[in-house]
Amino acid sequence: MEIKSLLNILPILIISLSILILILIEAFHKKSEIFIYWITILTLIFTTFLSLITIQDQSLNFHDTIESGGITNLFYSLLLIISSLAVISSKNYLNRMQYHHGEYYILVMSAILGMMLMASSRDLMLTFLALELMSLSFYVLAGYHRKVLFNNEASVKYFLLGAFASGFLLYGIALVYGAAQSTNIIYITREFDSLLNKPLFTLGLILLLIGFSFKVASVPFHMWVPDVYEGSPTVVTALMSTSGKIAAFSALIISLYGSTASQINYETVSKIIALLATASMLLGSIVALTQTSLKRMLAYSSIAHAGYMMIGVAAANKIGMAGIIFYLAVYGFMNIGAFILISMLETSMEKRLTLDDLSGIYKTYPWFSAVMALFMFALSGIPPFGGFFGKYYVFISAVKADMTWLAVIGVISSVIAAYFYLRVVIYMYFRREGENQNLYATAAENFIITVCVLFVIQLGITPGVFLNIITRFLP
Amino acid sequence: MIPLSFYLILSAAFFSIGVIGVLTRRNAIIVFMCIEMMLNAVNLSFIAFASFFGDSSGQVFVFFVMAVAAAEVAIGLAIIIALFRNKLTINIDEINILKW
Repeated sequence: MEIKSLLNILPILIISLSILILILIEAFHKKSEIFIYWITILTLIFTTFLSLITIQDQSLNFHDTIESGGITNLFYSLLLIISSLAVISSKNYLNRMQYHHGEYYILVMSAILGMMLMASSRDLMLTFLALELMSLSFYVLAGYHRKVLFNNEASVKYFLLGAFASGFLLYGIALVYGAAQSTNIIYITREFDSLLNKPLFTLGLILLLIGFSFKVASVPFHMWVPDVYEGSPTVVTALMSTSGKIAAFSALIISLYGSTASQINYETVSKIIALLATASMLLGSIVALTQTSLKRMLAYSSIAHAGYMMIGVAAANKIGMAGIIFYLAVYGFMNIGAFILISMLETSMEKRLTLDDLSGIYKTYPWFSAVMALFMFALSGIPPFGGFFGKYYVFISAVKADMTWLAVIGVISSVIAAYFYLRVVIYMYFRREGENQNLYATAAENFIITVCVLFVIQLGITPGVFLNIITRFLP
Repeated sequence: MIPLSFYLILSAAFFSIGVIGVLTRRNAIIVFMCIEMMLNAVNLSFIAFASFFGDSSGQVFVFFVMAVAAAEVAIGLAIIIALFRNKLTINIDEINILKW
């Protein structure tokens, strides 16, 4: 019985084991970072295949604590593919910053372990531990270059606000436990309707939501996003803005719906989520208009995207759930592409890229600007690319759940957001050439960008394929 | 026997003191201590619930929370020291090269 459970959670075990091995290698060998880099990538690729192969056999392990197979493995493979893209790009970036050390990969791997546990956890205790594992690794990664003040500052802000938010999350869990007498998510979601009569439970749920809203970077805990995204090393930003969001949303979806999606009727909570979604969409899109720093602009756009995804959570129906997962996948690929393109222009960690640095860049680097324009179109949701269908499914779910107003606000905010995405394109193509820019492109970066472009286009041209896969595994 | 609500009110009071401390104090270490106080307030409600229900999982949770809090202290202090070495201050208001 327990042996079978261990076999079922093999992807998690492999990642954990490789972390331990990497720590030993790092401790006993000087200059082992290249070696560690390759081991990390091979482990990630192997685990991705493993979780794709075992996607069919769904089961609950260790007394309903960890789920394996099905939607969990879908999340695994999504997280692993996107994180490995970020890892592949790290080597050149860190070499250029002259701060390439083995512990970077160890920290990234433990963050990935936390994210995978978040996606598979069916117990609030494990969810909390996994979330902390991910966050603690990210706090350190945000301040990875400890001699650069930007990194220090990002990491202090991230740490203080993150710990503050996990206090709220924990208090929420405590109250939910007090009302339900159990921390098991499957049990709690089964008893949802009767529990909602208890004020303690509703309060706990709201605190839980506030705590999660920090991790998914939506209102009310969004203040950290621009500062941390801008201050951290760009490869780390790429990782935490994509995989971090996917993991946090998976945990949010699971703790609200458990395994019994779409039968729950919870109006108060749904209204609160709708409000959070509205606030993050509008705030993200409007404040991004005033930003000139590229990473800061993408950070506000990330807040807005969290808002769009929250629409799917608020709608609480099957198409909403499938829409969120689809959106997360597309968002992951286009955002990681955009951040890695930005990282290719960076010469040092102190330099912050602004829109002016992109002006007229299409003359020197036509491919760079074409791909950047593609990601910007995709992020703003222009039809032939995947971003459009992500938004489409989420809005449809809101209309089906009788929340048409939410979809309308979503559309309005996408229109506002189009302005600042297209402004990047305008700077690249219609401004006079600025100072000479250097583009540090190697085979690794070209590979990642190609993968991202292919996925974004593929998800935009044949969205049904991926959507069918998602709906097949949804309960 | 002291009723459950007393414990919950005490824990809520502690939690609020922690929140107010985080929002008003400007020294990073003191902010951090207030965060620890929030976590311990939550621990108190966990224990109260657990002993009220006669269920051990709440108490186990407390151990996990304490372990996480210890890890947080290790990482938090390291981060704050790294900042202090570069900036020679841990006042949050002065940490502002990125717009706060």
